[in-house]
Amino acid sequence: MHIVVCIKQVPDSAQIRVHPVTNTIMRQGVPTIINPYDLFALEEAMRLRDEFGGRVTVLCMGPPMAEDALRRALGLGADQAVLITDRRFAGSDTLATSFALATALETLGKEHPIDIVFTGKQTIDGDTAQVGPGIACRLELNQLTYVAAIDSLDKAKGEIVARRRAEGGVQVLKSKLPCLITMLEGANTLRRGSVQDMLRAARAKVTVWSAEDAGVGDLLKCGLRGSPTVVKKVFAPQPREEPAEMVAVEGKTPAQIGDAILDLVFARQPKLEAELTA
Amino acid sequence: MANPPTKPAAGRAGMKKELPEHFKAYRHVWVYVEVERGRVHPVSWELMGEGRKLADKLGVELAAVVLGAKSPELKQVVRQTYHYGADICYICEDATLAEYRNQPYTRALTDLVNTHKPEILLLGATTLGRDLAGSVATTLKTGLTADSTELDVDDEKSLAATRPTFGGTLLCTIHTLNFRPQMATVRPRVMAMPEPDTTRSGRMVWHTLGMNEADIVTKVLDFVADAASNKANLAYADIVVAGGMGLQNPQNFELVKRLAATLGGEYGCSRPVVQKGWMPAERQIGQTGNTIRPKLYIAAGISGAIQHRVGVEGSDLIVAINTDPNAKIFEFAHLGIVADALTVLPALTDAFARRLGVRALAS
Ligand SMILES: Cc1cc2nc3c(=O)[nH]c(=O)nc-3n(C[C@H](O)[C@H](O)[C@H](O)COP(=O)(O)OP(=O)(O)OC[C@H]3O[C@@H](n4cnc5c(N)ncnc54)[C@H](O)[C@@H]3O)c2cc1C
Ligand SMILES: Nc1ncnc2c1ncn2[C@@H]1O[C@H](COP(=O)(O)O)[C@@H](O)[C@H]1O
Repeated sequence: MHIVVCIKQVPDSAQIRVHPVTNTIMRQGVPTIINPYDLFALEEAMRLRDEFGGRVTVLCMGPPMAEDALRRALGLGADQAVLITDRRFAGSDTLATSFALATALETLGKEHPIDIVFTGKQTIDGDTAQVGPGIACRLELNQLTYVAAIDSLDKAKGEIVARRRAEGGVQVLKSKLPCLITMLEGANTLRRGSVQDMLRAARAKVTVWSAEDAGVGDLLKCGLRGSPTVVKKVFAPQPREEPAEMVAVEGKTPAQIGDAILDLVFARQPKLEAELTA
Repeated sequence: MANPPTKPAAGRAGMKKELPEHFKAYRHVWVYVEVERGRVHPVSWELMGEGRKLADKLGVELAAVVLGAKSPELKQVVRQTYHYGADICYICEDATLAEYRNQPYTRALTDLVNTHKPEILLLGATTLGRDLAGSVATTLKTGLTADSTELDVDDEKSLAATRPTFGGTLLCTIHTLNFRPQMATVRPRVMAMPEPDTTRSGRMVWHTLGMNEADIVTKVLDFVADAASNKANLAYADIVVAGGMGLQNPQNFELVKRLAATLGGEYGCSRPVVQKGWMPAERQIGQTGNTIRPKLYIAAGISGAIQHRVGVEGSDLIVAINTDPNAKIFEFAHLGIVADALTVLPALTDAFARRLGVRALAS
């Protein structure tokens, strides 16, 4: 089996700091990580590989430094890593990202046909959950999103049964390979990479492809030019027009503060008081 | 595959004040009405309320799209779409649409778009809506803005979808300039629920899917409904009390839970609290958690980052307790208390218990 996992390198949001004066994000020195949701996808891919044989390829689109993320994935046990990196990919929205990734997947599949493509549920920076469905649509793969568990896989029949999170319940779906699965968080427990994998990862070669290497012919569909969405304005949220009424606390006991808050709450929401005391 | 709806105009530079000729065929605002197992997801009605405003501003009609298997419930849903503001209801009834599956639903919605050409198409950012919106936008090769927190149309009649950007302090407004339709998803509870008007009616337009069950690869073997009892109902609670990193350790969240219980409300938390493993993910409030619109929201030890703010701004009354007088949360709270949450929470719990207890006895 050939399983490909799309992973994105993202800044560690827990470490992001905002400039107190300019309100801009200070990216410098912020460590990067593999998008946390993608780790569940990677683990699930490796679990299937361990059970059914084959290989796991990790694929990432990003700047040259995204090689780090791929090397980390190799250290966790992935077999092969491909980075697609090209200036002309910069500024891609989800449509352009899914185009570039789908094309690279097609190129990868020519060598070893792909049975399953995994993505995370969503990224922590883009947070759109659109790239997975976008890839599935472009490659006409059966799309299984928000998968909480893979119940069974019949390699001979090419059949897969998975549990998909839906609104108000879980759908048990039977589908066919090749398919694309977006994996839900908490679906499995990530393994720690073995020492052998770590050593292998340190020496392993990450394949680096330009747009042309990845098979991307139509550069108009990439990057800023291939992105139908345009950010027209970036702005700081405005404080509410009417400033918050500050409850005086100076010299008051906690009980007095409690009563003061309660009085103000009920003064502003008389209906609430009636409902609560009804 | 369906034809792309439009050809891109000449790159970014091709932005024009006058709407390009080939866009003029794209008119009206559509809302996809999410019906699963006979029930409409409330986010669809919330979007109808918002869609109505956009349509009125543009001077066009509002349409609902209803997909599903033929049933009395579906008929009822069609009637409801008019009550919630639709002028037109596009309906596609087919046995293959009995339960949500990407393939037939994508086909139905893309075919409808290609036939009737809306300028704006809105969907709820639910598991279903995001699954569907991603494929439909890719098939149509158009732009899609995920998890918008505000929708508007500008002077050039272009949809302006606002959402937080990465990093915690800024918002951005996204447009789809050279493609139609303009698509956006919105999370549940971000928009207010409109009042239905049961006297309203509208037109119905039928669509045939033209797919057979044999064409559809994925089969639904089973649906396991969530146990109703152990699910938090934060999004629709009237009173919510939440704690953030200011509470310092998981034990202190008992204070939050006690106040919530005393008020008969729900409790929640900020995202880092979930990331620390102090609370389950379903308790998270904010852009990537639950959006809430309670009558009373009490936030203790929460700084008020933009991702948190967009998830609570619809609350009627926001009370913030924070030791830092400069905390961002005081920029959008109605009542502010600069004090230690660890002492204020129990004091407030006692105050409410006393007051409600006394009143309860007296009445
Ligand atoms: C893509 C993305 C999505 C996100 N989605 C969400 C989301 O859905 N929801 C969300 O909440 N966040 C979200 N975040 C994170 C968000 O940016 C903030 O980091 C987060 O909301 C901060 O949580 P906090 O206020 O609990 O912690 P902090 O920012 O650390 O604030 C703690 C606050 O507690 C106060 N404090 C300290 N001690 C006390 C005390 N004893 N009593 C009272 N106050 C005290 C401090 O003054 C401070 O203001 C997201 C971030 C990103 C990048
Ligand atoms: N640049 C990228 N490189 C590789 N995979 C990506 C990239 N962007 C998104 N993905 C994949 O698509 C998923 C959804 O991303 P998003 O639509 O940005 O929320 C992620 O969890 C990744 O698996």
